Amino acid sequence: MATTDVSADPLTIAGTELRSRLLLGTGGFRSLDALATAIEASGAELVTVALRRIEPGQRGSIVDVLDSAGVRLLPNTAGCFTARDAVLTAKLAREAFETDWVKLEVIGDERTLLPDAPALLEAAEELVDEGFTVLPYTNDDPILARRLEDVGCAAVMPLGSPIGSGMGLLNTYNLRLIRERAGVPVILDAGVGTASDAALAMELGHDGVLCASAISRADDPIAMARAIRLGTEAGRLAYRAGRIPRRLYAQASTPEEGTPDFAG
Amino acid sequence: MKVLLNGTEAELADGATVQAAVDALELPAAGRGVAVAVDAEVVPRTHWQTHKLDDGARVEILRAIQGG
Repeated sequence: MATTDVSADPLTIAGTELRSRLLLGTGGFRSLDALATAIEASGAELVTVALRRIEPGQRGSIVDVLDSAGVRLLPNTAGCFTARDAVLTAKLAREAFETDWVKLEVIGDERTLLPDAPALLEAAEELVDEGFTVLPYTNDDPILARRLEDVGCAAVMPLGSPIGSGMGLLNTYNLRLIRERAGVPVILDAGVGTASDAALAMELGHDGVLCASAISRADDPIAMARAIRLGTEAGRLAYRAGRIPRRLYAQASTPEEGTPDFAG
Repeated sequence: MKVLLNGTEAELADGATVQAAVDALELPAAGRGVAVAVDAEVVPRTHWQTHKLDDGARVEILRAIQGG
């Protein structure tokens, strides 16, 4: 019997247990206060953070907010278009946040923000060699996902659809193949628009969901954080419970035996 | 001497250290979440006080922001 206690079903990445299978991206929240409240509502324990140039006189530290929320940081390499920039950004993040975990992004195109597969693989290999725990944001490509695992990535994070598009899971066939072949956790990253998308990803067998815009840009981010948390949990429970097969025709749920014959 | 500090030309004293460049940006208190690269190499925090900048160095001083 599958447990119904989600806290007894942790997500383990590189030996670290996370009680929540929802990872939260911090981009797009209107304020640090809104972010802090959404973290609590989401239940997320692993939360992304980015690096950008300091402007003189900037105030308020996201690191203080994340530290007081008690979450683990997952620095990203957002905005990097080359393996070289992504590797340097990961090293800077390790210095800034004292973690060797990195959400590796190497973007190939500004309009779609889709990953640049060869550069992603190159950067992943170099970072693994440098001792990083690499979680690559990748295309929904089963072969690339396997290659990323082969070079030592701690998880693979295929996109459901482009970042911030909210289009959900466009290629569930490929996503299923990725899950079927992977020996490391598979986390759906990008494309979630609402709670049912997160539930679907989990029902397909994904180990987690990473979500930012769907929560931060919702009309009510706090309510959406909770909705997507519940969707993630519901999908995980449904996956473990084992869904019935799809059939073309009906199958009565009431037994036929003992049906009265009124016409005589 | 002149360095390129976060993409903008800045005048620093000859022999200035990375720490001087950090101070020039008037950070609240350079705690966790700040990192420095000089000429595309990471300079660990423990070296900020001793790492001297060359004239024309490209200095990138980054901090944590929301993203991802």
